[in-house]
Amino acid sequence: MALDLAAAARWTARFAALIEENKQYLIDLDAQIGDADHGANLDRGMKKVMELDVTGFASPGDYLKKVGMTLVSTVGGASGPLYGTFFLRLGAAWPEEGDAAGLGAALRAGLEGIQARGKAVVGDKTMVDALAPAVDAYDAAAGSGTGPALAAAAAACAAGRDATIPLVARKGRASYLGERSAGHQDPGATSVTLLLDAAAETLG
Amino acid sequence: MKKLINDATAVVNDSLVGFELAHSDIVRVDHELQVVYRLDAPRQGKVGVISGGGSGHEPLHGGFVGYGMLDAACAGAVFTSPVPDQILAATKGVDGGAGVLHIVKNYTGDIMNFEMAAEIANAETGVAVETVVVDDDVAVQDSLYTAGRRGVGLTVLLEKIVGAAAESGADLASLVALAHRVNGAGRSMGMALTSCTPPEKGSPIFELGDDEMEVGIGIHGEPGRERRPVAPAKEVAAMLVEPILADLDFRGADVIAFVNGMGGSPLIELYLMYAEVAKILEASGVRVARSLVGPYITSLEMAGCSVTLLKADDEMIKLWDAPVQTAGLRWGR
Repeated sequence: MALDLAAAARWTARFAALIEENKQYLIDLDAQIGDADHGANLDRGMKKVMELDVTGFASPGDYLKKVGMTLVSTVGGASGPLYGTFFLRLGAAWPEEGDAAGLGAALRAGLEGIQARGKAVVGDKTMVDALAPAVDAYDAAAGSGTGPALAAAAAACAAGRDATIPLVARKGRASYLGERSAGHQDPGATSVTLLLDAAAETLG
Repeated sequence: MKKLINDATAVVNDSLVGFELAHSDIVRVDHELQVVYRLDAPRQGKVGVISGGGSGHEPLHGGFVGYGMLDAACAGAVFTSPVPDQILAATKGVDGGAGVLHIVKNYTGDIMNFEMAAEIANAETGVAVETVVVDDDVAVQDSLYTAGRRGVGLTVLLEKIVGAAAESGADLASLVALAHRVNGAGRSMGMALTSCTPPEKGSPIFELGDDEMEVGIGIHGEPGRERRPVAPAKEVAAMLVEPILADLDFRGADVIAFVNGMGGSPLIELYLMYAEVAKILEASGVRVARSLVGPYITSLEMAGCSVTLLKADDEMIKLWDAPVQTAGLRWGR
């Protein structure tokens, strides 16, 4: 499938819909170990993204960069800079030719942006625990094409999300709870899994 | 949820409308970006001092904008840090040619958003931006494995002291040094008797039984470190003051003692708590030079309180006493 402007817009639209559907779920997860704002903030940001006029962009890369700026400007909290930086880097690295390896490189650029901004590593109980194995799984399966690679990435993302449950948080507000953060699923790892699910459904 | 609101998604905007109307002699508000400016900002030759954070902590920070304290404050959504656009606008709006100081409470989101804004501001206009991070909460012990100590009650005292120094003409470098001195000399600890309900969430952020309290809370309704049965005020005072005294040696020092209400505890209880705190301080050989009692950094309607002690040298006391005219603190003019 071509990774053109329409595809990028389908991806963000599906992500926005999944965030809206799961808004209360994300709020409830965040209330366990954070401050209960993750669902509302991401929903507000993605609704703003949906107001963008997709036809006004010259390329999918330009559109995704604008998505990033919109999230930075509207989400707030830690999620705004983190999701915003992801889309900014993703857009900058978006492949001109819609090849599977190029999309993998773009996803990795997004992951690296998140890590540069948030300084989290795998095991800190953050979105990185889901996104990092997802990008690795994508690369491992990229030879089979975009569809299988995204399916593998979404599955690895979900596994990484589930693996955050027993972890003790070391970054963000959940870290203040120490041992009490164990036993709860990380909200950021949950929302980024929705992002990969949306990608697998719309770009695969 | 029972609240005096019209629309849960418009609470911050609607409240800022009233804030500006009530304090039009002190502030003006950019309603689109939700930034509170001192009426006469920018002041040429004066370092601009700005802060900001999630809403729900009123009077912090907008209530501390005015003569002798902040030049601007950025209001985020409830319990959510402001976004870089707001901080960028505030930075430019208070830049009087002497640089701008960002006072940031140590929360992951606040740090990232202020950091992005400082980078952009400097790149766009060349304005010198320095950042001081407040991290005074002793409830967070293991700061190596966490996001670090949270910024809580000391933020109020630091904004007053650093704001007074900026008003008297101190340059950016001296303000940074002063802010680091204040942050190094102050410690806080808080507790909650009840939870609180962010309007958009619509239900309490955590559940707390009628006979329970949460010790070691921050200001965003994050659950604290330890849940215990409710105890008499004198025991609660000891639970708050002892970890502070154990963390920093206050013996023989003059302090500014601050008993803060979390939003839902009445003054009658806060003064009662202050009496208990003062008793412990006297017994511990700590001299109270100045005091502040009241709800100044709150967590919506949460009942509970926090205690902040600042080991204050003569310069800090002088700056504390200096005139201030804001919605939240006003004396000397």
